[in-house]
Amino acid sequence: MTVTPNHRANNDDTVDQSQLSDEVKLRLLQEMLYARRFEERCYEAYVERKIGGFLHLYSGEEACAHGVLEAARPGEDYVITGYRDHIHAIKCGTDPRAVMAELFAKETGCSKGRGGSMHLFDAEHHFMGGYALVGGPFPLAVGMAKAIKLRRSDEIAICFLGDAANNQGTFHESMNMAKVWNLPILFVCENNLYGIGTRIERSTAVTDQYKRAAAYDIPAQQTDGQDLDKVYAAARVAVDHVRSGNGPYFLELMTYRYRGHSMSDSNAYRDAEEEKVWQGRDPIDLWKERLINQGLITAETFKSMDHEIIESIEDDVIAFAESSPEPAVSELEKYVLAENDPYVTGGK
Amino acid sequence: MAELMYWEAIRRAHDEEMAHDPLVIAMGEDIGIAGGTYKATQGLFEKYGSERIIDTPISENGYTGLGIGASFLGVRPIIEIMSVNFAWLATDQIVNTAAKVRYMSGGQLEAPVVIRSPGGTAHQLGAQHSARMEKVFMGIAGLRVVTPSSPKQAYGLLKSAVRCNDPVFINEHELMYNLKGDVPDEEFFLPLEGSTVAREGTDITLFGYNISTHWCLQAATELSREHGIEAEVIDLYALNPLDAEGIARSLRKTHRALIVEEAEAPVGVGSEVMAIINENCFFELDAAPRRVSAANVPIPYNHSLEKAAIPNVKDVVSAVLATFGLSN
Ligand SMILES: Cc1ncc(C[n+]2csc(CCOP(=O)(O)OP(=O)(O)O)c2C)c(N)n1
Ligand SMILES: [Mg+2]
Repeated sequence: MTVTPNHRANNDDTVDQSQLSDEVKLRLLQEMLYARRFEERCYEAYVERKIGGFLHLYSGEEACAHGVLEAARPGEDYVITGYRDHIHAIKCGTDPRAVMAELFAKETGCSKGRGGSMHLFDAEHHFMGGYALVGGPFPLAVGMAKAIKLRRSDEIAICFLGDAANNQGTFHESMNMAKVWNLPILFVCENNLYGIGTRIERSTAVTDQYKRAAAYDIPAQQTDGQDLDKVYAAARVAVDHVRSGNGPYFLELMTYRYRGHSMSDSNAYRDAEEEKVWQGRDPIDLWKERLINQGLITAETFKSMDHEIIESIEDDVIAFAESSPEPAVSELEKYVLAENDPYVTGGK
Repeated sequence: MAELMYWEAIRRAHDEEMAHDPLVIAMGEDIGIAGGTYKATQGLFEKYGSERIIDTPISENGYTGLGIGASFLGVRPIIEIMSVNFAWLATDQIVNTAAKVRYMSGGQLEAPVVIRSPGGTAHQLGAQHSARMEKVFMGIAGLRVVTPSSPKQAYGLLKSAVRCNDPVFINEHELMYNLKGDVPDEEFFLPLEGSTVAREGTDITLFGYNISTHWCLQAATELSREHGIEAEVIDLYALNPLDAEGIARSLRKTHRALIVEEAEAPVGVGSEVMAIINENCFFELDAAPRRVSAANVPIPYNHSLEKAAIPNVKDVVSAVLATFGLSN
């Protein structure tokens, strides 16, 4: 297959790191570490049965959401994703307490306890939701891009989904429409090599996902999703492309999830050796080492950063979720339909 | 007051709503340059341009989802699905997203989309172009379903559906686009809930909707003329929610009920109306309620078989007479 110059795998190790200020580099370390601790605390809370239903954790994939959204305008650009959504919401600006409260099914949750882990929403911060149907968000994202274009504003739509989602018809329908109408949308494929227990080459004819964008003449790039610098650099290119009115862009990030697909998954289908290799490329470790080498942080300050995070998740986030009230059963039927919509009664 | 055809009434509602709000758009297969399979958007491409009158690829789930996603940001799409048989492909986005997003976001997002589509049996279109889906959509919480039986309703319901903040599915009929009827010249909006009394009567209530309202009205005329039975006809233009109060009100007057639907009987409008009658006015009944429905088959191609599969006015008359212990 021929690949246009726009369709390339980025294996370049010499990424310009000067794009991020020292202050931002430190903040990103703090944010990614927070994300990791948050997710691991969710794991515990699930085991303690404080969290119900399905729970999909993002541990191992932190550099993806952080690198991409750092290059975009979190809180302004419209972001949508699947069920592995906690960290995307937080990076968009959702209060982590409201995320945890949602997982604890409380009225103070970011979806008022009606959504759960897979259905986080925060309209104020333009986090347009977590959705449970694999591939479902693709057309919604393209629709948001259509709305942005109609309103002539300069936000973009960003759709984060997994590798296996690309085998849904919605992927192809959405890529096609995005290109035909030249819409401001960035597709981010978090390729963690698995759809639950099925490894990518067993389900997918073309395992390099960025190549599939060529079918729709959409520029695409594959990059190392564990290296924050590389994700950020690639995302800058992608976001600039989309925001400048050049239409859709497809960014594939090679990554790995540490936990099972969800909490009901033993991970038995994965090779221990493979897990070890990927854990040797942990996005937070890589970033920490880099900042230590740059003299921005020491092993000690990292440790105290970690302690502070763990403490604040406990004292602030968990405490808030624990102490919040549950939704009132008397409000079971609230939010099914619009309240007092005048057009239901004929405009009167 | 102008006499308009059903398609002209729909077209007028599109035109007015698009003129009223720049975020109203229409989308579907062949609705733009080609003017729409049933002319519902004729001339509007020239007037509003390709950004707002959108010819879509043949991707029902994709473009329906696109419309829903756009509606999160305040756009009000009117989505035409060429035949309701193709809407099966879009049920994922309609049911899993549009109907649920307000609830699962705790009221933060809403999907004010309109999805219009013709269902029903026309002339020998075969099994994959003749089915109906209203019974599927009317059981979905969070999704409104209306089904106009006249040009006036087609206009007024579409107008309200566009402005309402809930997703609305509008069930039209292949055979009704050329139906003529009076539509007031001044702008108006019809309620998305309730039912109307299409004919007053005292002896039995015939419940119809969309095309079957017309069968009921014709049967009522014949019953009055030939048998001295005065049937009341209730037009259930709203299928979700159904007008339980309107159903009960009529039954308290007539004490007999017949539900007439073009769809096959199981899990349909008829069974739901019967359940409402049982729950709300069982002791008003002088006779067991009955249904007139399609045969429970995929709609056949052969003309005689097709006719046999779909109810007609004669079936309605016979069922009414049976309710009175009479036969014709
Ligand atoms: C339409 C649909 N089919 C199947 C599932 C069950 N399911 C949930 S996640 C998943 C795998 C998706 O993998 P991928 O898109 O790679 O995302 P990842 O979980 O790896 O982040 C499957 C099969 C579903 N939720 N929705
Ligand atoms: Mg995956």
